[in-house]
Amino acid sequence: MRPTAVVKTGARPAAAPERQAWRRFRAHKRGYYSLWLFAILFVLGMLAPVLSNDEPLVVSYQGELYFPIVQSYPETAFGGPLETEADYHDPFVRERITTDGNWAIYPPNPHSFDSINYFVEHPNPAPPSADNWLGTDDRGRDVLARLLYGFVVSVLFALALTVIGTGIGILAGALQGYFGGRFDLFFQRFIEVWGSMPELYLLIIFASIFEPSIWLLLVLLSLFGWMGLSDYVRAEFLRGRNMDYVTAARAMGVTAPAIMFRHLLPNAMVPVLTFLPFRISGAILALTSLDFLGLGVPPSTPSLGELLSQGKENIEAWWLSVSTFVVLVGTLLLLIFIGEGLREALDVRRRVRT
Amino acid sequence: MSDPLLQVRDLRVRFGHGEGGSQVVHGVDFAVGRGEKLALVGESGSGKSVTALSVMRLHDPGKVEYPSGEIRFDGRELLGLPESLMRGLRGREIGMIFQEPMTSLNPVQPVGRQIAETLVLHEGMGKTAARRRAVELLELTGIPEPGRRVDAFPHMLSGGQRQRAMIALALACRPKLLIADEPTTALDVTIEAQILDLLDSLQAEFGMSILMITHDLNLVRRFADRVCVMQAGELVEQGEVAGLFRRPGHPYTRQLLASTPERMITDDRPPAGEPLLEGRALNCHFPVRRGGLVRRRVGEVRAVDDVDLAVAPGETLGIVGESGSGKTTLGMCLLRLQACRGEIRLAGESLTGLRGRALRRQRRYLQVVFQDPFSSLSPRMTVESIVGEGLRVHHPEMDREQRRASIAEMLAEVGLEPAMMERYPHEFSGGQRQRIAIARAVILRPRLVLLDEPTSALDVTVQKQVLALLHDLQQRHGLSYLFISHDLRVVRAVSHRVLVMKDGRVVESGTTEELFTAPEHPYTRRLLEAAAVEDPA
Repeated sequence: MRPTAVVKTGARPAAAPERQAWRRFRAHKRGYYSLWLFAILFVLGMLAPVLSNDEPLVVSYQGELYFPIVQSYPETAFGGPLETEADYHDPFVRERITTDGNWAIYPPNPHSFDSINYFVEHPNPAPPSADNWLGTDDRGRDVLARLLYGFVVSVLFALALTVIGTGIGILAGALQGYFGGRFDLFFQRFIEVWGSMPELYLLIIFASIFEPSIWLLLVLLSLFGWMGLSDYVRAEFLRGRNMDYVTAARAMGVTAPAIMFRHLLPNAMVPVLTFLPFRISGAILALTSLDFLGLGVPPSTPSLGELLSQGKENIEAWWLSVSTFVVLVGTLLLLIFIGEGLREALDVRRRVRT
Repeated sequence: MSDPLLQVRDLRVRFGHGEGGSQVVHGVDFAVGRGEKLALVGESGSGKSVTALSVMRLHDPGKVEYPSGEIRFDGRELLGLPESLMRGLRGREIGMIFQEPMTSLNPVQPVGRQIAETLVLHEGMGKTAARRRAVELLELTGIPEPGRRVDAFPHMLSGGQRQRAMIALALACRPKLLIADEPTTALDVTIEAQILDLLDSLQAEFGMSILMITHDLNLVRRFADRVCVMQAGELVEQGEVAGLFRRPGHPYTRQLLASTPERMITDDRPPAGEPLLEGRALNCHFPVRRGGLVRRRVGEVRAVDDVDLAVAPGETLGIVGESGSGKTTLGMCLLRLQACRGEIRLAGESLTGLRGRALRRQRRYLQVVFQDPFSSLSPRMTVESIVGEGLRVHHPEMDREQRRASIAEMLAEVGLEPAMMERYPHEFSGGQRQRIAIARAVILRPRLVLLDEPTSALDVTVQKQVLALLHDLQQRHGLSYLFISHDLRVVRAVSHRVLVMKDGRVVESGTTEELFTAPEHPYTRRLLEAAAVEDPA
């Protein structure tokens, strides 16, 4: 006797879990628009060298085209006396390249993060003007440019830190959860010891031994940034490894790594994904705080924390603190909204009617 | 009956408001007389529990609405009753017991205090009086040493004792109506029989009515006076148990009654030949440790204790036993999924020393199907990757198209449509999921499949289909089965030979008919009695 097929054909197959999650995410308007806004800001930030640079994009000088943002030219190329690189804000150079049929296209904000504007009318930090839209900092650098570059550096740093931290966290949690037993026991003790090391003091010590750089910071913060996550992954793996489908896979002769990555990991991804935006915002905040304390990136690197500390030093220069504050809070808020949306999206109990 | 205790008229229940909602109970009428035992029987999704919960008004009012209907209890209309009055009714006049006593008792409070709390709340008793009464109630439900057990936490009691404590809790205020929602489903057969006897005697003593919700027709036959059969939210038939079982009127009732598994093995002689899988002197002991840091070993649990067995090619060996008897552990040991001592031979070759790659190569011949079709399929994999996983491991030479072709063939063989390959497990019903699990096991052309309670989580009609499928596959591919079950009727239907396990030991074994008609060991006799397996003759 052959049993008959029990499901009607033609019934539209329900979407894959990933697609349903995306649909739920889209239904969460605030998170969805935050994601878009963040993506746009990030793309703008990545275009910073074109949007905000002290060198013109294109110069046409005596019938020849020059591209100062990709190549540096000495001032002599434009009829100046100096062999050094041309300063395109120098009135002399500017006049040479903009008169007599020559022309130059400047970026919308004609300042880079480290170019000093020597031609402001006020003492530095100078208030916002037509030239420096958000004013200058205490060394005469354009605040808008530094914010733009600082935003990109912060986000890239945070992304790198999150990717590394998540990777290590997943790996550590997966190994502990899957193998369990003694391995788990010792690894947990190791995490307890490791986690009780004073992170900030280590940073201060290392900052005095090595030359501070963004890479050093990345390594140091990565060493400590994975522990929170590994606990969640471990718990999910511990739960998952006793499920019947894992036993069935073992009975099938599937190898341990394949079981971990094909069967257990997809089910352990919910806490990982949910924490992702919060981890990114945490990493941005960590970098900003360290910069604020002067333990972070070297002064030449554009950074939000350094701008904030300038704002503290020059409390009357409101454009420093207010603009940085707005950028920082805006970024963190967007990330938290995205995280909120993600959490709703990954909550499988929610159904979205389409 | 002129004045029934509970009268339900044209009850409709709807989940969710507006367009997104769905009606799950479509106009149900029934009545429970005073002192009557009524059974509400149906398969999962038939709306029987929803109906019962409506009587208690336990549905979340934000999610459930009642488009029509009335529920009159002892002269009062319950559907319109304010929540404050309803609270006074629950527990005092209507008691309820649930399927899983572990989750319905509060794990952080001693059972005695939970019973006493109800008494203090509803009867206004003093604390000492309530405690005394709690001990009496526990004694009444047959819990040994009630004076000591009154201070026990739920996890310290066995499953049967927990259900007894739950009954004591429900009966604390002498309710007029007791609603029992699958009260014995989570229990072993011998315990089930005891609990039913207990309910019977308490019902007579208290003179209360019982509304029993169950899927088990055997239980209805033994326990209830009248029965209501529900299907897909409708009450299709009701009547006296004896009469209805003898002459079912509705086709669905007939189908339900016909779903009792019938013997499928026509050839009584077990297939002869060299044993395919042999286990000799198998032992699996779990140490019991005490203490904090050092964790001294204070004893051991003998989950499998010196078991020998052999399965011939094409044979089904049934393993029966109650929970904790070690039958699942034995199965896991035989598949080398659980460490154990003793020797295991597959077709004459020893599996005992194999490790790593050599063991993985042998694994394709020994496959497994589990009880719970919801936890046995990874929720984030498509049917294609679930069923095809074994092929990827053992036939790496196949490309995707070949794999898909053989998956499609396999799905058709287990009665599913090949087009379902793209879907995810959550879109399937329990029976379909079990078919997917079977497809996953059989696609590797194994020689033996371990079936660990493969039909226990399924409705009876589906159970029958799945059993037929398994039998069909066995015939076609010459599979051997190790069939683990606590359900004696199912084991009898499919097995050539049967092992009876108790506390890790095999107490009796023999061909199915011999064992069922002339059991030798007293434990086997007790099991058969409790399960009330009637002779098909």
